[in-house]
Formats: sequence, structure tokens, C-alpha cells
Amino acid sequence: MASSGSGYDLSSSTFSPDGRIFQIEYASKAVENAGTALGLRCRDGIVLCVEKPLVHKMLVSETTGRRIHTVDSHSGVAITGFVSDGRQIVGRARDEAANYLETYGTTIPPEVLTSRISSYVHYFTLHGALRPFGASTLVAAYDPGTKEHSLHMVEPSGVSYEYYGCSAGRGRQSARTEMEKLAINPKQGEGELIDVQEAVKQLAKIIYTLYDESKDKPFELEMSWLCEGSGWRHEGVPKDVIASAVEWAKKEIEEAEEEDDDEMEE
Amino acid sequence: MSYSTALPTHHQTHNPLTDAYHGKSAETRHLKPNELSTGTTIMAIAFSSGVVLCADSRVSTGTYIANRASDKISQLHDHIWCCRSGSAADTQALTDYVRHYLGQLAVETGRVPEVKVAAHLMRRLCYENKDNLMAGVIVGGWDPVEGGSVYNIPLGGACMSMPFAIGGSGSTYIYGLVDSEFKEGMTKEEAVALCKKAVSHAMSRDGSSGGIIRTCVVTGDGCEREYVSGNRLPYGPAGW
Repeated sequence: MASSGSGYDLSSSTFSPDGRIFQIEYASKAVENAGTALGLRCRDGIVLCVEKPLVHKMLVSETTGRRIHTVDSHSGVAITGFVSDGRQIVGRARDEAANYLETYGTTIPPEVLTSRISSYVHYFTLHGALRPFGASTLVAAYDPGTKEHSLHMVEPSGVSYEYYGCSAGRGRQSARTEMEKLAINPKQGEGELIDVQEAVKQLAKIIYTLYDESKDKPFELEMSWLCEGSGWRHEGVPKDVIASAVEWAKKEIEEAEEEDDDEMEE
Repeated sequence: MSYSTALPTHHQTHNPLTDAYHGKSAETRHLKPNELSTGTTIMAIAFSSGVVLCADSRVSTGTYIANRASDKISQLHDHIWCCRSGSAADTQALTDYVRHYLGQLAVETGRVPEVKVAAHLMRRLCYENKDNLMAGVIVGGWDPVEGGSVYNIPLGGACMSMPFAIGGSGSTYIYGLVDSEFKEGMTKEEAVALCKKAVSHAMSRDGSSGGIIRTCVVTGDGCEREYVSGNRLPYGPAGW
């Protein structure tokens, strides 16, 4: 990187002469190399999905190093990047949600939760003595007041946006291209938007499409949803639902590959 | 809900001239010297599309009427109001706090605050400072989620959602009247009429309630404030 050695990349409290803060860009790099995290907003809820690389063969992977966390009954987050940085964000998100409920007696609205997480993350980009978070956060939440659900993403710089579908981590670029083909954007699509059951299958397919067995580490799929079917609670997607989604995804990918082979022969 | 029963102890010998009890009724003897009390009648009724709040106007220091035309109905937000009873100073401070917090919340969330939230804030302040406060508040208003709603927050700092609520020293005289006349799903006119009738009855029996009747009708469209002057009350001798 051109910035190395110039001295402008040592602290997030100093701008470079062309108006960049390199420490934030490096933090974003840390996310870019981590497992892919996906979020989809559907007709009847939101699905979060993270590819968790298995760093060791003897890892008890179902229960440790979780990437998806419940913040309160109506909201959950998926984290990718530095997992330990992510946990810090989750802790803060839980505090904010609990504090809001204690103060106002109602569940924290999704935009407020996201903006409070953003402020927290952003704070770490202001001080010379602090290091920005090397993690991106996907926030899925339901608002009992307006009866609407929404998906937000907070980046290491502290910016956040609302999305119909979003991705972070290694495969974010290709995942975004794949998600754009799904019926999730009410502004573009004709016909009905997809539901969470379909989204679970599609997300599994995206993760397995991006996966290269010869190059990439083995991984585990972590998935959660927050939907009409779960009573708008943030819950893990049942193991068997994930398993059958993965099975379906693998078959789809295989069939597509066979078709490609046939075409080549002709 | 529980009431603390601070009974006078047996060894108290009464000196009518120096005694703190001198000239004070059961409603006012807990007040500090010179403390103003809104020894009061307040009530609120939720009707189909909103809520009506109603109060008398007497503020007293013991037997002396410090203000005969005060306003015990205070605004907390655009469509959220409250009726105050107890210490005037305490309830004014409380409403100031709740108004401040609600204003901040409305800015942060970018939407209209719920009556439930206003009541919750009031309850928290009342409960957490119960040892230092004398405040009974009825919060009422309109929001897009629940429509019109009424919350009663009595002395100890409980908070309950109710179809109607009455409070203050004068309310004891009209429980039966309001219980028998209230019915679910009243129109705005019926609710306003019941409020005026009940509060005027309380004002005629309760020594620390009186003056005029003030009302505030809150709907999604806004708030209408009105009053009934002391010589036009629906019940009781005129000109009190």
C-alpha cells in the first residue's frame, strides 16, 4: 500500500494529506479477509448467515466462536472480521437494548439500535489511543411499534445503512451479485418477494457457490432468522432446516455444473 | 398497590396553638409548612378516538386557597398530556423532566412518542424517588399505535393502563358515581360530559377541590382546551 512508511497510517486520529484515514482502511481489510456474512430482508422476516471457517479439526464448532448473537428478543446481529472485536460490539448492543427498555419501557427501534452501535464503532476511529474495530456488524431487528422489520449493516468506519440484502467478508462482492438476482427489492421486482424459507436455501447456495474446496478452509454455516414464523423473535434456524437447505444447494450447484459441461461438449 | 399507614403515635399531646396538626385536614397535614398542594380532583377517560383529561383548579396551603384558577393539566408532548395531583412543586418538576425526556426521544427516533413511554418515564421518576415525592399523576394522550390511552400513576409509583382513571383527594367522593356512569366505548361528547359531572360533584364535597373545571380533549387531530367557570358548574351551588 502506498501509504506505508509515510507515517500517516499509524493513528486513526490523523488524516493523510489526501484526506484518508488509513487505520480505518486497514480495519476494513481485516473484514475483507474474514468469512462471508450475508443478510437478506424477505417478505416475512430477515435471515442472517455467516460462513464460519473451521480453524482446527478438533474444534467443537457448534457451540464455540459463534458469529451470530441475539441482542434482545426482537433483534440479533451477525459479525464478521475479528471475532473478538465483534463480541465487544455485541456486548455494547445488548447494553443499549437493555438500557432503552429500562428507560422507555418499549423495545429499542431498529434504527435507534443501529445508530447507537454506529456511534460506538465510530468513537473508536476518533482517538489516537484507540484502534478501530476490525469487524462488520449486520443488524436484524423487528420494531413492535411499527410492526416492521429491517436489516442494517455497520462498517468499521462507523457508517451504517439499511439494506434489502447485504454482505461482508471475503465473498461479499460475488455474494452481492448473486443476491441482486433474488426477489428482495420491492422497488425493482415484479411479483412477490421471497420468504425466509426460500432465503435460507438461497443463502446456503450462495455460500456454497463461492466456496472452493481445494483452496478454502472447511467451514460451518451459521444461520438465524427473525420472522413471522418465529413470532418475530431472533432465533437460530433449526439444524435440519439448514441441513436440507445445504443439500438442496449442493444439488443445484452440481446440476448447474453438469449443464455447463454439456454445453462445452456440444 | 400498598399504602403506608403513618399513624400518629399515642404519646403525642396536642397543643392547639403550636401543633403542626393545627388547622390541617387529613389531606394536608403531611405537607411541609408553606408547601402548596393541588388537593385536587383529576380524571381522564379514553374514548373511541382519543382521550379527555379533566381537573378542578384549586391550589391550597392548608385552609388557604393559594390559587383558585390554576391549571393542573400539563402538556408532555404534542399529543400527550397529564393531570397532576399532590405537591404542586413535585408534580411540576416531574412533568418538566418527562417533557424533556420525551422531547429527546422524539428527536432520536424521529417519530411520535407513545403514551405508554410517557407513562413509563413518569412511573420511573415517581417510583425511584418515592421517598421524596408527593405526586399522583394521570397520563393520557393519543398515539398512532394504541390510539387514545390513559395511565394512572398513584403515590407509590405503580403504573397501570386503564379505560378511565380518577385521582386526587376529591376522587374518593366520586368512585361510585364514575363506576356506575362509565361505559366502554363512549363518544367524545359523552366522555367530556361525564368528566364535568363527576369533577363538579367532587368539587362540591371535597374541601380542597374547587374553582373552575378545566378540560383537555386529545385526538389524532390535536388538542382542544376548555373550561367551565365556577358559576356554571353542572352540579353544586354556584359562586364557591
